Amino acid sequence: MLSRLVIVSANALKSSGPLGAGLVQAPRALHTSSQSLAPVPTLPEKGGKVRHGIIPEELFQLLYPKTGVTGPYMLGTGLLVYLLSKEVYVINHETIAASTIGAIIIYGIKKFGPSVAAFADKLNEDKVAKAQEVKDLAMSSLTQAVEDEKKEQWRVEGRSMLFDAKRNNVAMLLETNYRERLHMVTNEVKRRLDYQIGLQDLQRRMAQEHMVNWVEKSVVGSITPQQEKESIAKCITDLKALAQATQTKATA
Amino acid sequence: MEARKHNPSGRSLGQVTLGDLPGWLARRTPQRPRDAVNMVQKGWQWYFRKYIDVRKGGVGGVGMLLAGYCVLSYVWTYPHLKQDRWRKYH
Repeated sequence: MLSRLVIVSANALKSSGPLGAGLVQAPRALHTSSQSLAPVPTLPEKGGKVRHGIIPEELFQLLYPKTGVTGPYMLGTGLLVYLLSKEVYVINHETIAASTIGAIIIYGIKKFGPSVAAFADKLNEDKVAKAQEVKDLAMSSLTQAVEDEKKEQWRVEGRSMLFDAKRNNVAMLLETNYRERLHMVTNEVKRRLDYQIGLQDLQRRMAQEHMVNWVEKSVVGSITPQQEKESIAKCITDLKALAQATQTKATA
Repeated sequence: MEARKHNPSGRSLGQVTLGDLPGWLARRTPQRPRDAVNMVQKGWQWYFRKYIDVRKGGVGGVGMLLAGYCVLSYVWTYPHLKQDRWRKYH
């Protein structure tokens, strides 16, 4: 009960003082032993049994075969009587003080023992729970890491498909570019040829028109006034003849 | 095996016979101060592991230490306490 609180501060006990330090160093000082420290052996659940708080149970077990259950008590009574009668234990003011203190201590232990024990147990449990939590967290994070690793490995298998797709993309781009340029080249060549054709047509047309104009002008210029009168008189006689012909045709 | 490891000089106290007692004690005396320190250390470790370093200790672990301290201090102050005796002759 009280010693459970001691355990709560047992770390301080272990790390302080030469005796306490020896407790921690002793298992590690024997480097020749083949024992390993991990996993740490668990603490025993209960300590050695002690009766009435100060007398170890071993004494009772030692005396049981010879004297039965009451043996140690008889021994204690006899011892007490001897000490008192021979005044090896002297009754003085300190006895009164010690007895009152003892009574208070016993009363306190009997009354508050279980609650203090429960409190110390709860502290220990909290510590253990925290450590367990840390361990569980570490375990879960590690399993998660393992799963993630497996997933990454699965992803690596798909990388070849990714590269194939990329290669296809690049090939398509190249093809598209090539066709574009092909079209451009064709168009440009056709444009230039059309231009040449247009140029030739233009030239021929201009030559034609120029020739026609020149012929007309020379013909018109060559018609002299004399020829004009003659042609007009011929035209009139032709018309008269025609008129006569049609007249006769109409009356016939 | 454990007993042999802890007591290289023969049997433990429960098995030693009365006639052998002086010889047994002589074997177990510390020859050097270092041995005495070792013995004290091992004794403390045994006591600590048995009564204090457990999951559910009791009042016995510390109680026995305090009782031992009381007894030891009574023994050390006995010469002075003798003067408070009620009777001179017993």
